[in-house]
Amino acid sequence: MDIRFQDVGYTYQKGTPFESKAIYDIDLSIKDGSFTAIVGHTGSGKSTVLQHLNALKKPTEGTVTIGDRVITNLSENKGLKSLRKKVGIVFQFPEAQLFEETVGKDIAFGPKNFGMSEEEGLEKARELLPLVGLDETFMERSPFDLSGGQMRRVAIAGVLALEPEVLVLDEPTAGLDPQGRKEVMNMFHSLYKNKGLTIVLVTHQMDDVAEYADHMIVLEKGTVMKEGHPREIFKEAGWLASMQLGVPSTVKFAHELEEKFEWTFDPLPLTTDELAAQIIEKLPTRGGASV
Amino acid sequence: MTEIIRLDNITYKYDDEDQRPALQDVSFSVNWGEWVAIIGPNGSGKSTLAKTINGLIEPDSGEVEVGGLMLNEKNVWSIREMVGMVFQNPDNQFVGSTVQDDVAFGLENLGIPRDEMIERVRNALEKVNMLEFAEREPARLSGGQKQRVAIAGIVALRPAIMILDEATSMLDPQGREEVLRTVKEVKEEENLSVLSITHDIDEAAAATRILVMRDGQMIQEGSPESIFSYGEQLVEMGLDLPFPERLKASLKKQGLNVPHDYLTEEGMVDWLWTSVSKM
Repeated sequence: MDIRFQDVGYTYQKGTPFESKAIYDIDLSIKDGSFTAIVGHTGSGKSTVLQHLNALKKPTEGTVTIGDRVITNLSENKGLKSLRKKVGIVFQFPEAQLFEETVGKDIAFGPKNFGMSEEEGLEKARELLPLVGLDETFMERSPFDLSGGQMRRVAIAGVLALEPEVLVLDEPTAGLDPQGRKEVMNMFHSLYKNKGLTIVLVTHQMDDVAEYADHMIVLEKGTVMKEGHPREIFKEAGWLASMQLGVPSTVKFAHELEEKFEWTFDPLPLTTDELAAQIIEKLPTRGGASV
Repeated sequence: MTEIIRLDNITYKYDDEDQRPALQDVSFSVNWGEWVAIIGPNGSGKSTLAKTINGLIEPDSGEVEVGGLMLNEKNVWSIREMVGMVFQNPDNQFVGSTVQDDVAFGLENLGIPRDEMIERVRNALEKVNMLEFAEREPARLSGGQKQRVAIAGIVALRPAIMILDEATSMLDPQGREEVLRTVKEVKEEENLSVLSITHDIDEAAAATRILVMRDGQMIQEGSPESIFSYGEQLVEMGLDLPFPERLKASLKKQGLNVPHDYLTEEGMVDWLWTSVSKM
Protein backbone atom coordinates (compact mmCIF):
# COMPACT_ATOMS: atom_id res chain seq x y z
CA MET A 1 0.00 0.00 0.00
CA ASP A 2 1.54 3.32 -1.07
CA ILE A 3 1.19 6.47 1.03
CA ARG A 4 1.47 9.85 -0.65
CA PHE A 5 1.43 13.42 0.66
CA GLN A 6 0.63 16.28 -1.75
CA ASP A 7 1.09 19.86 -0.54
CA VAL A 8 0.22 18.76 2.96
CA GLY A 9 0.06 21.28 5.76
CA TYR A 10 -1.29 21.11 9.28
CA THR A 11 -2.05 24.07 11.46
CA TYR A 12 -2.99 23.58 15.10
CA GLN A 13 -5.98 25.60 16.35
CA LYS A 14 -6.49 27.12 12.94
CA GLY A 15 -8.46 30.35 12.88
CA THR A 16 -7.77 31.18 16.53
CA PRO A 17 -5.20 33.57 17.98
CA PHE A 18 -3.28 30.46 19.08
CA GLU A 19 -2.88 28.99 15.61
CA SER A 20 0.52 27.49 14.92
CA LYS A 21 1.77 25.84 11.77
CA ALA A 22 3.32 22.44 12.51
CA ILE A 23 4.01 21.28 8.93
CA TYR A 24 3.65 22.88 5.50
CA ASP A 25 4.10 22.17 1.75
CA ILE A 26 4.92 18.53 2.34
CA ASP A 27 5.27 16.27 -0.67
CA LEU A 28 6.51 12.77 -0.03
CA SER A 29 5.83 9.21 -0.98
CA ILE A 30 6.26 5.96 0.87
CA LYS A 31 6.23 3.04 -1.56
CA ASP A 32 4.67 -0.30 -0.82
CA GLY A 33 7.31 -2.69 0.54
CA SER A 34 9.89 0.01 1.24
CA PHE A 35 11.89 0.64 4.41
CA THR A 36 11.63 4.40 4.84
CA ALA A 37 13.57 6.36 7.44
CA ILE A 38 12.34 9.76 8.58
CA VAL A 39 15.00 11.92 10.26
CA GLY A 40 14.90 15.42 11.73
CA HIS A 41 15.37 17.30 14.97
CA THR A 42 12.92 17.67 17.81
CA GLY A 43 10.31 20.12 16.56
CA SER A 44 10.88 19.34 12.87
CA GLY A 45 7.30 18.11 12.48
CA LYS A 46 8.00 14.37 12.59
CA SER A 47 5.23 13.58 15.06
CA THR A 48 2.66 15.57 13.11
CA VAL A 49 3.63 13.82 9.87
CA LEU A 50 3.37 10.48 11.67
CA GLN A 51 -0.17 11.15 12.77
CA HIS A 52 -1.19 11.72 9.16
CA LEU A 53 0.02 8.28 8.09
CA ASN A 54 -3.14 6.61 9.39
CA ALA A 55 -5.43 9.62 9.47
CA LEU A 56 -5.22 10.23 13.22
CA LYS A 57 -5.01 13.80 11.91
CA LYS A 58 -6.57 15.14 8.73
CA PRO A 59 -4.44 17.68 6.86
CA THR A 60 -5.65 21.27 7.12
CA GLU A 61 -4.15 21.77 3.62
CA GLY A 62 -3.46 19.33 0.79
CA THR A 63 -4.21 15.65 0.43
CA VAL A 64 -2.88 12.45 1.97
CA THR A 65 -3.48 9.30 -0.06
CA ILE A 66 -3.28 6.05 1.91
CA GLY A 67 -3.74 3.09 -0.44
CA ASP A 68 -6.94 3.97 -2.30
CA ARG A 69 -8.25 6.37 0.34
CA VAL A 70 -7.85 10.09 -0.19
CA ILE A 71 -7.86 12.15 3.01
CA THR A 72 -8.41 15.90 2.98
CA ASN A 73 -9.64 18.44 5.45
CA LEU A 74 -13.17 17.62 4.28
CA SER A 75 -12.96 13.83 4.68
CA GLU A 76 -15.52 12.35 7.01
CA ASN A 77 -14.39 10.35 9.98
CA LYS A 78 -16.52 7.43 8.83
CA GLY A 79 -14.49 4.44 7.69
CA LEU A 80 -11.18 5.77 8.99
CA LYS A 81 -11.02 2.92 11.48
CA SER A 82 -10.08 0.43 8.77
CA LEU A 83 -7.06 2.61 7.92
CA ARG A 84 -5.83 2.35 11.49
CA LYS A 85 -5.81 -1.42 11.06
CA LYS A 86 -3.81 -1.24 7.83
CA VAL A 87 -1.27 1.27 9.15
CA GLY A 88 -0.08 0.35 12.64
CA ILE A 89 1.80 2.99 14.64
CA VAL A 90 4.16 2.06 17.47
CA PHE A 91 4.56 5.29 19.42
CA GLN A 92 7.55 6.16 21.63
CA PHE A 93 7.79 4.10 24.79
CA PRO A 94 4.79 1.95 23.79
CA GLU A 95 5.22 -0.17 26.92
CA ALA A 96 3.57 2.66 28.83
CA GLN A 97 0.31 1.66 27.14
CA LEU A 98 0.22 -1.94 28.41
CA PHE A 99 -2.66 -2.47 30.80
CA GLU A 100 -4.11 -6.00 30.74
CA GLU A 101 -3.41 -8.59 33.41
CA THR A 102 -1.71 -11.05 31.07
CA VAL A 103 0.55 -10.62 28.05
CA GLY A 104 -1.86 -12.73 25.96
CA LYS A 105 -4.86 -10.54 26.78
CA ASP A 106 -2.90 -7.38 26.11
CA ILE A 107 -1.90 -8.50 22.62
CA ALA A 108 -5.47 -9.74 21.93
CA PHE A 109 -7.01 -6.40 22.92
CA GLY A 110 -6.61 -4.78 19.49
CA PRO A 111 -7.99 -7.69 17.45
CA LYS A 112 -10.98 -7.92 19.85
CA ASN A 113 -11.68 -4.25 19.22
CA PHE A 114 -11.83 -5.05 15.54
CA GLY A 115 -14.36 -7.84 16.04
CA MET A 116 -12.33 -10.97 16.82
CA SER A 117 -13.53 -13.28 19.58
CA GLU A 118 -11.48 -13.57 22.78
CA GLU A 119 -10.31 -17.01 21.71
CA GLU A 120 -9.25 -15.94 18.23
CA GLY A 121 -7.44 -12.98 19.75
CA LEU A 122 -5.50 -15.16 22.16
CA GLU A 123 -4.68 -17.56 19.34
CA LYS A 124 -3.32 -14.60 17.39
CA ALA A 125 -1.23 -13.56 20.41
CA ARG A 126 0.23 -17.07 20.68
CA GLU A 127 1.19 -16.93 17.00
CA LEU A 128 2.86 -13.54 17.35
CA LEU A 129 5.04 -14.10 20.43
CA PRO A 130 7.80 -16.00 18.58
CA LEU A 131 7.81 -13.31 15.90
CA VAL A 132 8.80 -10.69 18.51
CA GLY A 133 11.32 -13.04 20.10
CA LEU A 134 9.28 -14.24 23.10
CA ASP A 135 8.05 -17.80 23.71
CA GLU A 136 4.61 -19.14 24.62
CA THR A 137 5.36 -19.17 28.36
CA PHE A 138 4.87 -15.38 28.28
CA MET A 139 1.13 -15.71 27.49
CA GLU A 140 0.04 -15.97 31.11
CA ARG A 141 2.60 -13.60 32.62
CA SER A 142 1.77 -10.11 33.78
CA PRO A 143 3.17 -7.51 31.38
CA PHE A 144 4.34 -5.55 34.41
CA ASP A 145 6.75 -8.25 35.59
CA LEU A 146 8.77 -8.08 32.38
CA SER A 147 11.98 -6.23 31.61
CA GLY A 148 11.78 -2.99 29.63
CA GLY A 149 12.86 -4.70 26.43
CA GLN A 150 10.34 -7.50 26.84
CA MET A 151 7.50 -5.05 27.57
CA ARG A 152 8.35 -3.20 24.39
CA ARG A 153 8.12 -6.43 22.37
CA VAL A 154 4.71 -7.18 23.85
CA ALA A 155 3.51 -3.69 22.90
CA ILE A 156 4.82 -4.16 19.36
CA ALA A 157 3.10 -7.56 19.14
CA GLY A 158 -0.13 -5.75 20.08
CA VAL A 159 0.22 -3.56 16.99
CA LEU A 160 1.24 -6.50 14.78
CA ALA A 161 -1.86 -8.38 15.95
CA LEU A 162 -3.96 -6.13 13.71
CA GLU A 163 -1.97 -7.45 10.73
CA PRO A 164 -1.00 -4.03 9.41
CA GLU A 165 0.46 -3.63 5.92
CA VAL A 166 2.48 -0.62 7.04
CA LEU A 167 4.29 -0.52 10.38
CA VAL A 168 5.26 2.95 11.63
CA LEU A 169 7.91 3.08 14.38
CA ASP A 170 8.67 6.22 16.37
CA GLU A 171 12.16 5.87 17.92
CA PRO A 172 11.53 2.20 18.66
CA THR A 173 14.90 1.56 20.33
CA ALA A 174 15.06 4.61 22.65
CA GLY A 175 16.07 3.60 26.17
CA LEU A 176 16.97 -0.02 25.28
CA ASP A 177 20.48 -1.38 25.86
CA PRO A 178 22.65 -2.16 22.78
CA GLN A 179 21.77 -5.85 22.81
CA GLY A 180 18.04 -5.02 23.00
CA ARG A 181 18.39 -2.40 20.26
CA LYS A 182 20.07 -4.86 17.94
CA GLU A 183 17.42 -7.51 18.55
CA VAL A 184 14.51 -5.13 18.02
CA MET A 185 16.02 -3.67 14.82
CA ASN A 186 16.72 -7.16 13.45
CA MET A 187 13.11 -8.07 14.18
CA PHE A 188 11.82 -5.11 12.12
CA HIS A 189 14.22 -5.94 9.33
CA SER A 190 12.98 -9.49 9.18
CA LEU A 191 9.33 -8.32 9.12
CA TYR A 192 10.28 -6.17 6.14
CA LYS A 193 12.33 -8.86 4.35
CA ASN A 194 10.30 -11.96 5.12
CA LYS A 195 6.74 -10.69 5.65
CA GLY A 196 6.86 -7.90 3.09
CA LEU A 197 5.76 -5.26 5.59
CA THR A 198 6.28 -1.63 4.65
CA ILE A 199 8.32 -0.03 7.43
CA VAL A 200 8.46 3.66 8.35
CA LEU A 201 11.15 4.34 10.95
CA VAL A 202 11.54 7.66 12.75
CA THR A 203 15.05 7.79 14.18
CA HIS A 204 18.09 9.84 15.21
CA GLN A 205 20.45 6.92 14.58
CA MET A 206 22.10 7.51 11.23
CA ASP A 207 23.89 4.15 11.53
CA ASP A 208 20.47 2.46 11.58
CA VAL A 209 19.33 4.46 8.56
CA ALA A 210 22.45 3.33 6.66
CA GLU A 211 22.05 -0.27 7.74
CA TYR A 212 18.34 -0.80 7.10
CA ALA A 213 16.59 1.89 5.04
CA ASP A 214 16.18 2.03 1.26
CA HIS A 215 14.40 5.37 1.32
CA MET A 216 15.00 8.46 3.43
CA ILE A 217 13.12 11.66 4.22
CA VAL A 218 14.79 14.62 5.95
CA LEU A 219 12.40 16.94 7.78
CA GLU A 220 13.33 20.33 9.17
CA LYS A 221 11.24 23.15 10.59
CA GLY A 222 7.99 21.59 9.40
CA THR A 223 8.80 20.65 5.84
CA VAL A 224 10.71 18.14 3.70
CA MET A 225 14.27 19.22 2.94
CA LYS A 226 15.35 16.10 1.07
CA GLU A 227 13.89 12.78 -0.02
CA GLY A 228 15.75 9.91 -1.71
CA HIS A 229 17.97 6.88 -1.26
CA PRO A 230 20.23 7.12 1.83
CA ARG A 231 23.26 6.60 -0.43
CA GLU A 232 22.40 9.78 -2.33
CA ILE A 233 21.53 11.84 0.71
CA PHE A 234 24.58 10.80 2.75
CA LYS A 235 26.78 11.97 -0.13
CA GLU A 236 26.04 15.48 1.01
CA ALA A 237 27.93 15.29 4.28
CA GLY A 238 28.54 19.05 4.35
CA TRP A 239 24.86 19.84 3.97
CA LEU A 240 23.91 17.33 6.67
CA ALA A 241 26.52 18.78 9.02
CA SER A 242 25.11 22.27 8.42
CA MET A 243 21.72 20.84 9.47
CA GLN A 244 23.46 19.32 12.52
CA LEU A 245 22.23 15.91 11.45
CA GLY A 246 25.48 14.05 10.92
CA VAL A 247 26.29 11.03 8.76
CA PRO A 248 26.69 7.32 9.56
CA SER A 249 30.04 6.23 11.07
CA THR A 250 30.88 4.37 7.83
CA VAL A 251 30.47 7.49 5.70
CA LYS A 252 32.43 9.62 8.15
CA PHE A 253 35.32 7.17 8.19
CA ALA A 254 35.28 6.71 4.40
CA HIS A 255 35.60 10.50 4.00
CA GLU A 256 38.54 10.51 6.39
CA LEU A 257 40.30 7.81 4.40
CA GLU A 258 39.56 9.61 1.12
CA GLU A 259 41.34 12.66 2.48
CA LYS A 260 44.33 10.90 4.01
CA PHE A 261 45.00 8.28 1.34
CA GLU A 262 43.60 10.04 -1.71
CA TRP A 263 41.25 7.10 -2.16
CA THR A 264 37.80 7.33 -3.74
CA PHE A 265 34.96 5.25 -2.45
CA ASP A 266 32.39 4.51 -5.13
CA PRO A 267 29.62 3.71 -4.48
CA LEU A 268 29.50 5.37 -1.06
CA PRO A 269 29.73 2.55 1.53
CA LEU A 270 26.81 2.50 3.98
CA THR A 271 27.43 -0.67 6.01
CA THR A 272 30.71 -1.76 7.59
CA ASP A 273 30.71 -4.80 5.28
CA GLU A 274 30.53 -2.54 2.22
CA LEU A 275 33.29 -0.33 3.61
CA ALA A 276 35.51 -3.31 4.49
CA ALA A 277 35.14 -4.81 1.00
CA GLN A 278 36.25 -1.57 -0.64
CA ILE A 279 39.17 -1.11 1.76
CA ILE A 280 40.44 -4.64 1.07
CA GLU A 281 40.31 -3.97 -2.67
CA LYS A 282 42.48 -0.90 -2.20
CA LEU A 283 45.14 -2.62 -0.10
CA PRO A 284 48.27 -3.62 -2.06
CA THR A 285 48.34 -7.31 -1.13
CA ARG A 286 44.82 -8.62 -0.78
CA GLY A 287 44.18 -10.31 2.53
CA GLY A 288 47.76 -10.38 3.75
CA ALA A 289 48.45 -6.79 4.63
CA SER A 290 49.46 -7.24 8.23
CA VAL A 291 51.03 -10.70 8.08
CA MET B 1 44.69 8.13 46.74
CA THR B 2 41.78 8.59 49.07
CA GLU B 3 38.37 7.15 48.44
CA ILE B 4 35.21 9.22 48.23
CA ILE B 5 32.90 6.26 47.74
CA ARG B 6 33.52 2.79 49.10
CA LEU B 7 31.12 -0.15 48.90
CA ASP B 8 31.99 -3.36 50.74
CA ASN B 9 30.24 -6.65 50.00
CA ILE B 10 26.84 -5.20 49.21
CA THR B 11 23.99 -7.69 48.77
CA TYR B 12 20.41 -6.63 48.14
CA LYS B 13 17.13 -8.32 47.21
CA TYR B 14 14.07 -6.31 46.19
CA ASP B 15 11.88 -9.10 47.49
CA ASP B 16 12.76 -11.82 50.01
CA GLU B 17 11.38 -14.41 47.60
CA ASP B 18 13.57 -13.32 44.67
CA GLN B 19 15.79 -16.19 43.56
CA ARG B 20 18.68 -14.00 42.56
CA PRO B 21 19.69 -10.88 44.48
CA ALA B 22 19.69 -7.60 42.49
CA LEU B 23 23.16 -7.03 43.96
CA GLN B 24 25.39 -9.86 45.04
CA ASP B 25 28.48 -9.21 47.12
CA VAL B 26 29.46 -6.06 45.23
CA SER B 27 32.55 -4.13 46.32
CA PHE B 28 34.17 -1.15 44.65
CA SER B 29 35.47 2.32 45.34
CA VAL B 30 35.76 5.68 43.62
CA ASN B 31 38.66 8.02 44.39
CA TRP B 32 38.36 11.77 44.87
CA GLY B 33 38.23 13.50 41.50
CA GLU B 34 37.93 10.25 39.57
CA TRP B 35 35.42 9.49 36.78
CA VAL B 36 34.18 5.92 36.94
CA ALA B 37 31.74 4.41 34.44
CA ILE B 38 29.56 1.41 35.24
CA ILE B 39 28.36 -0.62 32.28
CA GLY B 40 26.25 -3.77 31.96
CA PRO B 41 23.08 -4.91 30.18
CA ASN B 42 19.61 -3.82 31.34
CA GLY B 43 18.71 -5.60 34.56
CA SER B 44 22.30 -6.20 35.67
CA GLY B 45 21.92 -4.10 38.83
CA LYS B 46 23.57 -0.82 37.80
CA SER B 47 20.77 1.51 38.88
CA THR B 48 20.17 -0.44 42.08
CA LEU B 49 23.82 0.05 42.88
CA ALA B 50 23.56 3.82 42.35
CA LYS B 51 20.60 3.97 44.71
CA THR B 52 22.54 2.29 47.52
CA ILE B 53 25.14 5.06 47.43
CA ASN B 54 22.82 7.79 48.70
CA GLY B 55 20.63 5.54 50.78
CA LEU B 56 17.60 5.40 48.50
CA ILE B 57 17.98 1.65 48.98
CA GLU B 58 19.19 -0.01 52.17
CA PRO B 59 21.32 -3.08 51.41
CA ASP B 60 20.58 -6.39 53.17
CA SER B 61 24.25 -6.70 54.04
CA GLY B 62 27.48 -4.86 53.46
CA GLU B 63 28.74 -1.34 54.13
CA VAL B 64 28.61 1.94 52.24
CA GLU B 65 30.96 4.82 53.02
CA VAL B 66 30.73 8.20 51.31
CA GLY B 67 33.15 11.07 51.93
CA GLY B 68 34.47 9.31 55.02
CA LEU B 69 30.99 8.87 56.54
CA MET B 70 29.36 5.48 57.09
CA LEU B 71 25.91 5.37 55.49
CA ASN B 72 23.43 5.00 58.34
CA GLU B 73 20.31 6.74 59.60
CA LYS B 74 22.34 9.46 61.29
CA ASN B 75 24.52 10.29 58.28
CA VAL B 76 22.11 9.75 55.39
CA TRP B 77 21.20 13.44 55.00
CA SER B 78 24.82 14.60 55.11
CA ILE B 79 25.63 11.99 52.49
CA ARG B 80 22.74 13.06 50.25
CA GLU B 81 24.15 16.59 50.33
CA MET B 82 27.36 15.21 48.90
CA VAL B 83 25.74 13.19 46.11
CA GLY B 84 23.85 14.70 43.18
CA MET B 85 21.98 12.40 40.81
CA VAL B 86 20.86 12.97 37.20
CA PHE B 87 18.29 10.44 36.01
CA GLN B 88 17.37 9.06 32.62
CA ASN B 89 14.13 10.79 31.76
CA PRO B 90 14.53 14.57 31.43
CA ASP B 91 10.80 15.10 31.87
CA ASN B 92 10.53 13.38 35.24
CA GLN B 93 12.82 15.66 37.23
CA PHE B 94 11.28 19.12 36.95
CA VAL B 95 9.36 20.83 39.72
CA GLY B 96 9.78 24.54 38.98
CA SER B 97 7.68 26.53 36.53
CA THR B 98 10.76 28.31 35.17
CA VAL B 99 14.29 27.08 34.68
CA GLN B 100 15.66 29.25 37.51
CA ASP B 101 12.91 28.21 39.94
CA ASP B 102 13.77 24.66 39.21
CA VAL B 103 17.45 25.13 39.95
CA ALA B 104 16.55 27.04 43.12
CA PHE B 105 14.32 24.26 44.42
CA GLY B 106 17.08 22.25 46.09
CA LEU B 107 18.57 25.39 47.66
CA GLU B 108 15.20 26.42 49.09
CA ASN B 109 14.93 23.02 50.73
CA LEU B 110 18.26 23.64 52.43
CA GLY B 111 17.11 27.06 53.67
CA ILE B 112 19.82 29.00 51.83
CA PRO B 113 19.32 32.81 52.22
CA ARG B 114 17.68 34.48 49.20
CA ASP B 115 20.64 36.61 48.08
CA GLU B 116 23.02 33.71 48.13
CA MET B 117 20.42 31.55 46.41
CA ILE B 118 20.08 33.98 43.50
CA GLU B 119 23.84 34.10 43.13
CA ARG B 120 24.22 30.32 43.20
CA VAL B 121 21.39 29.75 40.69
CA ARG B 122 22.91 32.25 38.24
CA ASN B 123 26.31 30.76 38.68
CA ALA B 124 25.10 27.20 38.15
CA LEU B 125 23.14 28.14 35.02
CA GLU B 126 26.18 29.93 33.66
CA LYS B 127 28.31 26.82 34.17
CA VAL B 128 25.97 24.70 32.01
CA ASN B 129 25.48 27.51 29.47
CA MET B 130 21.79 27.88 30.21
CA LEU B 131 21.73 31.35 31.77
CA GLU B 132 19.85 32.87 28.83
CA PHE B 133 17.06 30.33 29.43
CA ALA B 134 16.63 31.27 33.12
CA GLU B 135 13.09 32.63 32.68
CA ARG B 136 11.91 29.93 30.27
CA GLU B 137 9.48 27.10 30.92
CA PRO B 138 11.35 23.80 31.33
CA ALA B 139 8.75 22.00 29.19
CA ARG B 140 9.79 23.98 26.12
CA LEU B 141 13.45 22.97 26.22
CA SER B 142 15.11 20.23 24.18
CA GLY B 143 16.11 17.01 25.92
CA GLY B 144 19.77 18.02 26.10
CA GLN B 145 18.88 21.43 27.54
CA LYS B 146 16.64 19.81 30.15
CA GLN B 147 19.45 17.53 31.30
CA ARG B 148 21.80 20.51 31.49
CA VAL B 149 19.29 22.28 33.75
CA ALA B 150 19.15 19.13 35.88
CA ILE B 151 22.94 19.28 36.13
CA ALA B 152 22.75 22.97 37.11
CA GLY B 153 20.33 21.98 39.89
CA ILE B 154 23.03 19.69 41.21
CA VAL B 155 25.93 22.12 40.73
CA ALA B 156 24.02 24.75 42.73
CA LEU B 157 24.02 22.37 45.69
CA ARG B 158 27.81 22.02 45.47
CA PRO B 159 28.03 18.28 45.91
CA ALA B 160 31.26 16.28 45.86
CA ILE B 161 29.94 13.51 43.60
CA MET B 162 27.72 13.51 40.56
CA ILE B 163 25.99 10.27 39.59
CA LEU B 164 24.63 10.04 36.04
CA ASP B 165 22.09 7.22 35.75
CA GLU B 166 21.78 6.74 31.97
CA ALA B 167 21.43 10.51 31.79
CA THR B 168 22.03 10.66 28.03
CA SER B 169 20.18 7.54 26.88
CA MET B 170 16.98 9.34 25.88
CA LEU B 171 18.70 12.16 24.01
CA ASP B 172 19.48 12.59 20.32
CA PRO B 173 23.18 12.54 19.32
CA GLN B 174 23.43 16.32 19.54
CA GLY B 175 21.89 16.38 23.04
CA ARG B 176 24.18 13.57 24.11
CA GLU B 177 27.24 15.46 23.00
CA GLU B 178 26.18 18.69 24.69
CA VAL B 179 25.46 16.96 28.01
CA LEU B 180 28.72 15.02 27.95
CA ARG B 181 30.64 18.21 27.22
CA THR B 182 28.87 19.95 30.12
CA VAL B 183 29.70 17.13 32.52
CA LYS B 184 33.37 17.26 31.52
CA GLU B 185 33.53 21.03 32.07
CA VAL B 186 31.65 21.01 35.35
CA LYS B 187 33.73 18.13 36.66
CA GLU B 188 36.94 20.08 36.06
CA GLU B 189 35.72 23.42 37.38
CA GLU B 190 33.99 22.07 40.47
CA ASN B 191 36.51 19.32 41.13
CA LEU B 192 33.79 16.68 41.24
CA SER B 193 33.98 12.92 41.26
CA VAL B 194 31.72 11.37 38.61
CA LEU B 195 30.03 7.98 38.54
CA SER B 196 28.24 7.39 35.26
CA ILE B 197 25.99 4.46 34.49
CA THR B 198 25.82 4.19 30.75
CA HIS B 199 25.44 2.24 27.51
CA ASP B 200 27.07 4.99 25.52
CA ILE B 201 30.57 4.32 24.27
CA ASP B 202 31.62 7.98 24.27
CA GLU B 203 30.47 8.45 27.84
CA ALA B 204 32.31 5.29 28.91
CA ALA B 205 35.43 6.48 27.08
CA ALA B 206 35.44 9.69 29.14
CA ALA B 207 35.97 7.68 32.34
CA THR B 208 39.33 6.81 33.87
CA ARG B 209 38.03 3.39 34.91
CA ILE B 210 35.18 1.15 33.76
CA LEU B 211 33.37 -1.39 35.93
CA VAL B 212 31.29 -4.11 34.27
CA MET B 213 28.20 -5.61 35.93
CA ARG B 214 26.24 -8.70 35.04
CA ASP B 215 23.46 -10.47 36.96
CA GLY B 216 24.00 -8.33 40.03
CA GLN B 217 27.74 -8.95 40.21
CA MET B 218 30.80 -6.92 39.39
CA ILE B 219 32.54 -9.09 36.82
CA GLN B 220 35.25 -6.91 35.30
CA GLU B 221 37.23 -3.75 35.86
CA GLY B 222 39.73 -1.88 33.72
CA SER B 223 40.76 1.17 31.75
CA PRO B 224 38.56 2.10 28.73
CA GLU B 225 41.29 0.76 26.38
CA SER B 226 41.45 -2.61 28.10
CA ILE B 227 37.64 -2.98 28.30
CA PHE B 228 37.12 -1.88 24.67
CA SER B 229 39.59 -4.53 23.50
CA TYR B 230 36.94 -7.16 24.31
CA GLY B 231 35.61 -6.42 20.83
CA GLU B 232 32.33 -8.11 20.03
CA GLN B 233 31.80 -9.21 23.64
CA LEU B 234 31.14 -5.55 24.47
CA VAL B 235 27.55 -5.88 23.29
CA GLU B 236 26.95 -8.52 25.99
CA MET B 237 28.51 -6.08 28.47
CA GLY B 238 25.78 -3.60 27.56
CA LEU B 239 27.93 -1.30 25.48
CA ASP B 240 27.73 -0.33 21.85
CA LEU B 241 30.55 -1.65 19.73
CA PRO B 242 32.91 1.23 18.90
CA PHE B 243 32.99 1.86 15.16
CA PRO B 244 36.64 0.71 14.63
CA GLU B 245 35.73 -2.61 16.28
CA ARG B 246 32.75 -3.08 13.98
CA LEU B 247 34.89 -2.33 10.95
CA LYS B 248 37.59 -4.67 12.24
CA ALA B 249 35.03 -7.47 12.52
CA SER B 250 33.90 -6.88 8.92
CA LEU B 251 37.49 -6.81 7.64
CA LYS B 252 38.27 -10.02 9.49
CA LYS B 253 35.13 -11.71 8.18
CA GLN B 254 36.28 -10.86 4.66
CA GLY B 255 39.66 -12.50 5.19
CA LEU B 256 41.97 -9.70 6.31
CA ASN B 257 44.36 -10.19 9.22
CA VAL B 258 43.60 -7.49 11.75
CA PRO B 259 45.41 -6.42 14.93
CA HIS B 260 44.04 -7.89 18.13
CA ASP B 261 44.43 -4.76 20.26
CA TYR B 262 41.76 -2.12 20.59
CA LEU B 263 42.07 0.57 17.92
CA THR B 264 40.69 4.07 18.09
CA GLU B 265 39.61 5.59 14.76
CA GLU B 266 42.98 7.27 14.60
CA GLY B 267 44.73 3.99 15.37
CA MET B 268 42.71 2.36 12.60
CA VAL B 269 43.88 4.97 10.09
CA ASP B 270 47.51 4.51 11.20
CA TRP B 271 47.27 0.76 10.92
CA LEU B 272 45.78 1.03 7.42
CA TRP B 273 48.55 3.48 6.53
CA THR B 274 51.27 0.96 7.44
CA SER B 275 49.37 -1.73 5.54
CA VAL B 276 49.24 0.47 2.46
CA SER B 277 52.95 1.40 2.63
CA LYS B 278 54.07 -2.24 2.83
CA MET B 279 54.36 -2.56 -0.90
